[in-house]
Amino acid sequence: MSKKWPQAFIEVVDFHKSFEGKKIHQGVSFYIRKGECLGLIGGSGTGKSVLLRSLVGLEKPEQGQILIDGEDIVPMRERELVDIRKKVAYAFQGGALFDSMTVYENLAYPLREHTKLSEPEIAQHIQDQLKEFGLDPSTEKQYPNSLSGGMQKRVGLARAMMMHPQVVLYDEPTAGLDPYNTKRIQESILKMKAKGVTSILVTHDMPTVYAVCDKVALLQKGRISEQYVMSKLLAEPTALMTNFITGEST
Amino acid sequence: MEKSALPFVKFLTEVFEFLGGVGLLTKQIIKKLFTNKLYWNLIIEQIYQVGIRSTPLVLITAACTGMVMALQFGLGLEKFGGKMYVPKLLAVTILREMGPMFTSLMVAARVGAGFASEIGSMVVTQQIDAIRALGTSPIRKIVIPRVLATLFVLPILVSFANVIGNAGGLFIGAVELKLDPSFYVLKVLSTSSLSDYFSGFAKSFFFALIISIPSCYFGLNVKNGTKDVGIATTKAVVVTSIMILIADFFLSKLFWIVEKMI
Repeated sequence: MSKKWPQAFIEVVDFHKSFEGKKIHQGVSFYIRKGECLGLIGGSGTGKSVLLRSLVGLEKPEQGQILIDGEDIVPMRERELVDIRKKVAYAFQGGALFDSMTVYENLAYPLREHTKLSEPEIAQHIQDQLKEFGLDPSTEKQYPNSLSGGMQKRVGLARAMMMHPQVVLYDEPTAGLDPYNTKRIQESILKMKAKGVTSILVTHDMPTVYAVCDKVALLQKGRISEQYVMSKLLAEPTALMTNFITGEST
Repeated sequence: MEKSALPFVKFLTEVFEFLGGVGLLTKQIIKKLFTNKLYWNLIIEQIYQVGIRSTPLVLITAACTGMVMALQFGLGLEKFGGKMYVPKLLAVTILREMGPMFTSLMVAARVGAGFASEIGSMVVTQQIDAIRALGTSPIRKIVIPRVLATLFVLPILVSFANVIGNAGGLFIGAVELKLDPSFYVLKVLSTSSLSDYFSGFAKSFFFALIISIPSCYFGLNVKNGTKDVGIATTKAVVVTSIMILIADFFLSKLFWIVEKMI
């Protein structure tokens, strides 16, 4: 597959998507290098989450390419996407934990599906993962509805990371969280980044963008209107970016 | 197009969308059923949900149906001195029609609604997306266990309903119609044949598919939040009930032709 940006690990080229006749994306293009963290920001309804869902094949664009490690996932069928989904994890906004299963069963789910690990090995992995995400080992026996919103998100993140993905897509990971839980989520993202995981973060939470992202892209009117390396954004913020951050424009 | 024709066109579009959607879902179920491993633990869990938990409802319905029919047949036939035909009439009616149909309608109301609302809620809370994002299939994990469990359980429930319905008839026959219980039992056993039983029993497999697949389809097609979950649940019950009634006629006709050929 030919690449527009040779150094890119994830590449979105000329992405178009509409819902019920309304054009949401009109040629979105951007790329991200391996190990980088991109913050995707923009007003509500600009299609950030749809774009993120498309990166794991949960939505199909009408036009355009999505290259992950050189493979275009747009024409792939559900069965072909399985291998991509082992590499690319999606952390859902509300955690999307299976409410009929305990935390243990939720975390065990990807391992039981995609590995041949024995039950004691799975149990060990789960204990390690709970520790890694700052969750108490006793949490494993609880059902999702008995957890706080912050804990559900952390368990959701932990589940997404069970298969040691190369890419993690975070959909509003800190939305609705208190500063303590926001900090814990930021730490988790930074830990993943330190391990070389490539990530894209859709959020409205600018302090989290400043804390964890290397690059930031502003999605406006169906396109990426601005894309900046974080250090440059902090040093020389543009009027467009400043207006968005201060709430002067969407 | 005339404005008055628009609701009809909309209705037709919805019907074709539904038929197409259910057809595609059925195709996916068949494909995944034979190409992937089955989740036996989930199938067993669904057998409990669909079967064991529906049993009281089905048995109460069957007993009441049997008793009411025995009473009505008895009152009607008494005028012509035909009270002794109640056991035969009742047994054949229950085995061929009332047993499978009432059981299926009850299961459609309880289980079909449950499937649609549970799956619809999973769509709203992104659990179905999570299943896909984790590289697994919601058809395999959610739909197939429900379809197989209903296919396994409904014929058993129908058989129970047949027995309890006739027992209800026997009770009313003995208490209200003053028929000798041993005469009643003997009449049921001597006049109802295996073909009467199998005609109703075979229907239950079709009804199981009619309940489970469209209910799962309505659940999976929830799009606009929790309001849609309620709509999907209502649609699941209404559509599956209507489909059971329509299918019952065609299946009765089909089995009638088959029996004549045999």
